Amino acid sequence: MDLNEFVAHFAEQFDETDASVFTPETRFREIDEWSSLIGLSVIAMVDEEYDVALKGDDVKNSNTILDLYNIVSSKL
Amino acid sequence: MAFLDIKNVRIAGIAAGVPKNIASNLHPEPEDNVSADYAPEDFVATTGVEERRISTTLCASDLCYGAAEKLIADLGWDKQEIEGILFVSQTPDYILPATACILQDRLGLSKECYATDMSIGCSGWLYGLSSLAALVSTGGIKKALLMVGDAKARVKGKRNPLFGSSGTVTALEYAEGAKGLQFHMGTDGSGFDAIITPDGGARNQITPESFNEYEFEGKMVHRLQSRMKGMDVFSFGITTAPKSIKKLAEHFGFDYQDADYLVLHQANMKMNDFIVKKLKFDTAKVPTSLRYFANTNGASIPVTIVTQLKDKLNGIAKFLCCGFGVGLSWGSLYFESDPEMVISQLVEMDDSETSAYVV
Repeated sequence: MDLNEFVAHFAEQFDETDASVFTPETRFREIDEWSSLIGLSVIAMVDEEYDVALKGDDVKNSNTILDLYNIVSSKL
Repeated sequence: MAFLDIKNVRIAGIAAGVPKNIASNLHPEPEDNVSADYAPEDFVATTGVEERRISTTLCASDLCYGAAEKLIADLGWDKQEIEGILFVSQTPDYILPATACILQDRLGLSKECYATDMSIGCSGWLYGLSSLAALVSTGGIKKALLMVGDAKARVKGKRNPLFGSSGTVTALEYAEGAKGLQFHMGTDGSGFDAIITPDGGARNQITPESFNEYEFEGKMVHRLQSRMKGMDVFSFGITTAPKSIKKLAEHFGFDYQDADYLVLHQANMKMNDFIVKKLKFDTAKVPTSLRYFANTNGASIPVTIVTQLKDKLNGIAKFLCCGFGVGLSWGSLYFESDPEMVISQLVEMDDSETSAYVV
């Protein structure tokens, strides 16, 4: 599982925020466009790309994209 | 693996009743519990729910009763031949007795009638159908009615803009030699609190504090109202529904892509779109009733069949259905409708319809 690829997939869930904004350290819930609906898109993306079923708490307890990447990695 | 192959039974007909009264999510009223985070247009675009049928007076059993009278007339059934009612709902008339008992008398059915309720949610049509079909397949009961619906809430409170009211009836008939119905059923009780009404059962008895509002996922609710962990339920739905459908097809040896219709529980558009995409299923064969009837809980599959497919069916149609939700619980079904299967015109009921079964 590649971190840069995960960040790119994560960024694709946003319509208005430029992809260049996203790094592993990005605190995604502080992005203006972030919403619970984008949270659902992230869950769907992780299911589709990595075949991992995230819980709501996995998203809520993650601050950075790296945090979420580590959770997905641990469930692979 | 809970695979069920229930032969010698056919679905004779399906009907649905809804309140006449329409609420619009484009013009929410103060009693609609709409999140302040979204404009009405965005809410509609994302959830796919524009309108819903609601009533301050009609109970689920009233809507099922209206649908049953219509369906029995359309089928030309003699009421004395109907020997079973299974009522599936989260909003029964009373805690006791079972609403199915009231419906036996209200419909004027014989006292030689098997009647009981089942408490389950969005997988309710599948659970109800598998249970009642199994009884009918014995031949001990020749004709029976599955009633699935939810309407007026058990406790007053703000209205959830995702949900609509309905009461459906699916008529089952013993038919020797019929191919019947094939199911895959499943349960994961570790997710018991993903959707839950915390108070009012024996675990947490009702107290004055039960009515105190608190915030849950951005909405104010009280403990006699259901609450949902939205992300958990979404994740559950998109992973479990496709797997269940694939298991069903694999076990019974058919290609699910050959189905004429995939009728999913109408949870929300985003979830269903994703499930359909994962299955790589042709979207033209996936009817939806979300836009005008919202999420009608366990009744959403028959509501979709009645409102979207009534005029399209002719001859034999291959149905693939999947319901999933509170429990957590799910079920998938494959059946072939025969040309004689009746789908009744949607029954729209006025708020003034009353029940005599009031104390």
